[in-house]
Amino acid sequence: MLYKSFFIILLSLFVRFAATAQLQIKGVVAAYVDEKEVLLPDVNVFWLGSSICTVTNNKGEFSIPYQKDYRNLVIQHIGYLADTINANRPNLGKIRLRKQLDLEEVVVRKKINPLQKSLFDVQNVVTVDSREMLKAACCNLSESFETNPSVDVNISDAVTGAKQIQMLGLNSPYLLFTQENMPSIRGASQIYGLSFVPGSWIESIQITKGAGNVLNGFESISGQINTELVKPLTDKKLFLNLYANNYERYEFNARYNHVISEKWATGIYLHGNLRNGEIDRNSDSFLDTPLANQVNFMNRWQYLDTDKGWVGFLNLQYLDDEKQTGQLTFNPDVDRFTTNAWGSEVNTRRLDISTKVGYVFPELPYQSIGFQAAYSNHEQNSYYGFNLYDIAHRSFYSNAIFNSILGSTQHKFKTGISFTYDVFDENVNSEILQRTDNTFGGFFEYTYDSLERLSFVAGLRLDHGNRLSTFITPRLHARYSLWDKASLRGSIGRGKRAANIFSENQQLFASSRQINVIDNGGDIYGLKPEIAWNFGAGFIQKLYLWNRTMELSLDFYRTSFQDQVIVDWENAREISFYNLYGDSYSNSFQFDFNYELVQNLDVRATYKNYDVVIDYTSERLQKPLQPEHRVFMNLNYETLKKGEGAQWRLDFTWNWLGRQRIPSTELNPAEFRFDDFSPSFSTLNFQVTRVFSNQFEVYLGGENITNYTLRNPILGSNDPFGPYFDSTLSFAPVLEATYYIGLRYKINTD
Amino acid sequence: MKKSFMLILFLTISIQISAQQKNKKVTFEVKGNCGMCKERIEETAIKLKGVKYASWDIPTKQLSLIINENKCNPLDIKKAIAEVGHDTDMAEAEAAVYDKLPECCKYRDPNTIHMDHSKKH
Repeated sequence: MLYKSFFIILLSLFVRFAATAQLQIKGVVAAYVDEKEVLLPDVNVFWLGSSICTVTNNKGEFSIPYQKDYRNLVIQHIGYLADTINANRPNLGKIRLRKQLDLEEVVVRKKINPLQKSLFDVQNVVTVDSREMLKAACCNLSESFETNPSVDVNISDAVTGAKQIQMLGLNSPYLLFTQENMPSIRGASQIYGLSFVPGSWIESIQITKGAGNVLNGFESISGQINTELVKPLTDKKLFLNLYANNYERYEFNARYNHVISEKWATGIYLHGNLRNGEIDRNSDSFLDTPLANQVNFMNRWQYLDTDKGWVGFLNLQYLDDEKQTGQLTFNPDVDRFTTNAWGSEVNTRRLDISTKVGYVFPELPYQSIGFQAAYSNHEQNSYYGFNLYDIAHRSFYSNAIFNSILGSTQHKFKTGISFTYDVFDENVNSEILQRTDNTFGGFFEYTYDSLERLSFVAGLRLDHGNRLSTFITPRLHARYSLWDKASLRGSIGRGKRAANIFSENQQLFASSRQINVIDNGGDIYGLKPEIAWNFGAGFIQKLYLWNRTMELSLDFYRTSFQDQVIVDWENAREISFYNLYGDSYSNSFQFDFNYELVQNLDVRATYKNYDVVIDYTSERLQKPLQPEHRVFMNLNYETLKKGEGAQWRLDFTWNWLGRQRIPSTELNPAEFRFDDFSPSFSTLNFQVTRVFSNQFEVYLGGENITNYTLRNPILGSNDPFGPYFDSTLSFAPVLEATYYIGLRYKINTD
Repeated sequence: MKKSFMLILFLTISIQISAQQKNKKVTFEVKGNCGMCKERIEETAIKLKGVKYASWDIPTKQLSLIINENKCNPLDIKKAIAEVGHDTDMAEAEAAVYDKLPECCKYRDPNTIHMDHSKKH
């Protein structure tokens, strides 16, 4: 060491001596320390490939004699990255060294698409996570499907503007809605219930096409939509969201979670909205969008003890929702049940209490017991002009499930019993209808996984209902891996349900149509329950194209009704309900294409074809207000995250609907008629989100920005108490372009 | 008389149960690296008669099993796992089998642990 430093000193003395006669290369060495420029002393400077060197002085300056044989100067200092400079001029100026950082680990992350189709799941499930929820303004569950190709969002009628969803060409009553795997939006809440679930409470949605599983009952026919809400133990500490649009619609969402201990947490979720704008852009004297307000409150409790294997949830929810619609001049206090003006009010109060308890055997991780119970009390008081409709629905649901294996985890099974109890009290234009439905049943579901190519789920349930008699519900799902990243799926299943004809078709009251129920001795409004079989097959292929993931999928489903309650709109003066005589089926085909076009620009494109045929008493017809062709496209772009998560997110959704058959209005005078078919049309939605940090973001968006609307959505709007008044045949948006702005603020738990 | 007979019967049954458990927890180390190894190890184990549950943990290399002792024993499981290329304390994989493993699974080379480990292939 001593020898070495002696040598360096000697060498530098020699260099200094020799230098006097030679050209000197000069420079200053600096670096950034805590964002300030510092001049570095004692930096080694030498000619590359030689031993001729020097060190910088206190001011970071160096001077080294020019060497003909060497070109590059190396500047080297401990803790900094060495720099090599081509010494092509006498004064090299300031040379800045960069700190040497040791990277311990580089993590390469790929964000998961917010819309996931699994290759391995036995069922055809699309999982939608909360990021997708942010793409539409998404004030509630019904609006959250607008960027989703598996589900069609339709507008049910021109007066209430309630958004209805469809799957496989069938209306929402044929879907089973569950909230955390307990049946939720059903019975009295079938039509408006989707708007009772605020979008910001939703953690994820699982959309299963075709026959569902037997665990959640026998009612699902076209599919199942499960909603998982945010959970107090894993949710953000605080979340706030404000929204406003150009039609004076305001929304407020707040979530607050408190972790009491490692095992206990509670959350308080609040949603309020107000629609205050009296909008009549089409000048038909009717509001284009209802006046409404809602207060929605939930308190959740979560218990989790992973050591002992216990999990539990308790939910309490209260909702108060009021809607007013009709003519602009309608004042409910004065004009209700008069011919001064046509108006309608729908007021709903609802209480939900539900609980879940689960126990996983600590010694046997594959074995568990679960129990779910839910109680709800739903009261709706409403009138539509002179039509009065009140419904009270009290419901109790319980389900006990035992999970275990047969021999090994390749063969799993679930078995259990369930009990439901529903009490309906309806008042339809002073006709009192009361009904109590109860069902008791047991189920068994077997899951096989070959761990290679084949897996299947076979389920069977046996139920007895006081109005549905004793019946079995078989369901089968199978998946087969054809080759790398490709799966073939098939499913078959039976579903049975009691149709609540009035609550499911409430829009009929906003018309002068006469209501006919053609009694055939059945137990539900004199009608028999609905029974359908659903068959499906699908193929999915994921692949890498130019190093980006591409996903192609196609599926075909056929739902065939054995028994159905037909809702017949074909006579313009009547609406008739009767049991099916003949055939009723729905064939649906869907092709999806997803690809990341360039980095962070994702495209989703979908084509859907529907063939929905019903044998009416008059003739065989395509289902009305159902486009045969639909095209959907969604473009999503995100900039790279900077600093505290700052980024831009852009989203475009384009929907094209082919022509739709409109129920015959031939019986009406010419001025109160629609064409036989609607024109095709498209709508365009967009949203821009500016994320400032992980805590704060602002969004701005527009819906139906091309302004496609129906000019005269309501037949006989100038004479709402006359015989031709009808607001039920709505096939396109009534509301013009909507522009909205909002913000989100969140604080994460540390 | 009948009672004491029942008691004896009961005792012998419970002794038998304690000796040969139907749900015996077994844990041992299996050499391996990645998600592909995990799939291979678990798949091999679960397909054996008597193995009810198998889970291999990547960071600790521990294979947790629940087995029916009447139907199988740990040594047979270790041999089966060695046959697909993974070493345990009692059974070592043959070179010919080991060499056929994908590069990221070659746990005998300490550097492979740093290789690109895709979870699903």
